[in-house]
Amino acid sequence: MSPKLREVAIIGTGMTKFGELWDKSLRELGLAAGLQAIHEANIGSEDIDAMYVGNMSAGVLLQQEHVGALIADYCGLAERHIPTTRVEAASASGGLAFRHAYMSIAGGFYDTVVVGGAEKMTDSSESQTGTSVIAGSDEEWEAFYGATFAALHAMCARGHMDEHGTTREQLSAVAAKNHNHAANNPLAQFPFPMKPEAVTASGLVASPLRMMDCAPSSDGAAALVLCEAERAKELCENPVLISGSGQGSDTIALHDRPKLCHFPAIEHAAAAAFLQAGRKPAEVAVAEVHDNFTISEIMALEGLGFFPHGKAGPATESGETTYGGKVVVNSSGGLKARGHAPGATGIAQAVEITHQLQGRADKRQVDGATLGLCENHGGTAATAVVHLLEVR
Amino acid sequence: MDVGIVSYGAYVPRFKITTQEIASVWGADGEAMARGLNVASKSVPGPDEDVITISVESARQALNRVDIDAADIGAIYTGSESHPYAVKPTSTVVAEAICAAPDLTAADYEFACKAGTAAIQTCMGLVGSGLIDYGVAIGADTSQGAPGDALEYSASAGGAAFLIGAKRIIATINHTYSFTTDTPDFWRREGQKYPRHGGRFTGKPAYFRHVQTCGAKTMEKAGTKAEDYDHVVFHQPNGKFPLRAGKVLGFSREQIAAGLLTPRIGNTYSGAVPLGLSAILDVAQPGQRILAVAYGSGAGSDGFDLTVTDEIANLRDVPPKVDQLIDRMEVVNYATYAKYRGKFLLGVAE
Repeated sequence: MSPKLREVAIIGTGMTKFGELWDKSLRELGLAAGLQAIHEANIGSEDIDAMYVGNMSAGVLLQQEHVGALIADYCGLAERHIPTTRVEAASASGGLAFRHAYMSIAGGFYDTVVVGGAEKMTDSSESQTGTSVIAGSDEEWEAFYGATFAALHAMCARGHMDEHGTTREQLSAVAAKNHNHAANNPLAQFPFPMKPEAVTASGLVASPLRMMDCAPSSDGAAALVLCEAERAKELCENPVLISGSGQGSDTIALHDRPKLCHFPAIEHAAAAAFLQAGRKPAEVAVAEVHDNFTISEIMALEGLGFFPHGKAGPATESGETTYGGKVVVNSSGGLKARGHAPGATGIAQAVEITHQLQGRADKRQVDGATLGLCENHGGTAATAVVHLLEVR
Repeated sequence: MDVGIVSYGAYVPRFKITTQEIASVWGADGEAMARGLNVASKSVPGPDEDVITISVESARQALNRVDIDAADIGAIYTGSESHPYAVKPTSTVVAEAICAAPDLTAADYEFACKAGTAAIQTCMGLVGSGLIDYGVAIGADTSQGAPGDALEYSASAGGAAFLIGAKRIIATINHTYSFTTDTPDFWRREGQKYPRHGGRFTGKPAYFRHVQTCGAKTMEKAGTKAEDYDHVVFHQPNGKFPLRAGKVLGFSREQIAAGLLTPRIGNTYSGAVPLGLSAILDVAQPGQRILAVAYGSGAGSDGFDLTVTDEIANLRDVPPKVDQLIDRMEVVNYATYAKYRGKFLLGVAE
């Protein structure tokens, strides 16, 4: 870690249920998660120096831009006139907002920052939602020609099958495992177990991807209170340290890359985070990774260095990514089963890892976890954000 | 004073199209679609059938079953979301066709799929207050589903008419209750050919909330439980929703069976609960209890608690029964269906 950076810790978490929350607006969701995090951190509005908000699609779907000021206002912070910033990077909006909030404290600009993510995906028609989601691809060379993220990830899956021999059953094992984890998460959109055979038998979306390979478009919000580490110790009994933060990028269009079956942006983000933390993948006990499609989790686990290329599929099938395995992946249920509210997803990952490291993940608890990882990416991983969280 | 159903009549067009046939046009998996919706085929109105002809046919059958002078009918209300005219009532044509005009009041209703049951409630009020002796309440539709839209697999045609009165009642309406909210799940604006809908929003916060609440509150008002009923009919936009709502309210598939017509004829919208209730009356025995819960988008539910009387025996054998109407199967292909439903853009040859 650069000696110039200050250490930063998480001292408060908040999260709403994810799902089809038709009776909750974007601002209500943001408010609920934000106030919960502030309350948990036991701080007052006078303690908050700035706010960051991750949001992907409010402009397109709700005709509401300027989401940073909106959420701060509804959290009762308008009279404090604090700096508020909305961050957008497709599905990585939440993770990137988290990173910017982290950097603002590490860099010495602020001492205490609230970072939230909120998304409202289900108040619009399916075609409107689809249009807003695919805007995270290359509009001129992908979306314009009718590409969908299911189709683009289907190409990734085909590439992975051709190059590494990944199987249909291995993809199904990812979704089934995440559903089984979500069964213990009361905030999950789909809190029920699932058999791999049911995933394989679900309707075809874009070959080889089936319905149950795909994460839903969800409503939901999550929030964290971050604080400079020395002050965090005074405010919180068990602060969780952000020991590494990395970000990577790639070509916006999938077809401009040398391989369809690798996500180099994740490798770069992970390398930076592990270098900063002075840690290795093998030390990570619990990880939340971006499984918008089952193939994404497999490619992310390989990009993060948990498994060599081509080995994450077999590892998932043999139970290496669940309780008792090498690393517990998506204990929350992941995007597939906890739900995927793009602006909130990256923050929800950090909420889950924080609870795991604080030993308050209830039935989902990974015993003795002291190092956890969050990986959030946008589009076909043209933006990837990786964070390492730990307790010492 | 007891008010209830004195007679009833139904109509279902004989043309049908299968879910498989529609799916084959759109490249969908017909078998999976039919299983997912629990709809195997739907009725298709012929080129000379519309809500007026369906309403007239139903009303004539209702009168054909009883010995009542049509001139004693004091009101006709027709509920539909596909009245042939935007301005000019369906109910006046029905009144003339069944010789009930001119000494009566008439109006058309629209409340998505529950306008027909709203008409029943209006007639109950007029009869119960002594303003009229008999009222005719009709629910009928030739519903619209845009080509390729999910609605196209279910939107069908049919209707039923009820003669409401206080004498020689075949089914007493013991209680009625309505549950109404502003819930925009499905709509068609003035001038639009096809309705739009809120996808999955039409389920939990719309259909299920209203049908389940209305069903529960109607039973609460009646002091009954699910097991007290011999038959129950729910609005049936597809073959799955009523089974799920029924299960939540504690009804068995056997109780739902007689009134569940959507798997064979699709969703007849304003005609759905009236047709289902007619099919139940075709088989119901004196003393049996019936619960009927309609649903209209926008949104509201009308619930009815009924008891079948001994009078039903007097019109039991007057044909046709709803089953017989449905069994008149003339299966058409998609091209014929598209022609009958006006889905072709007809140009003028140069």
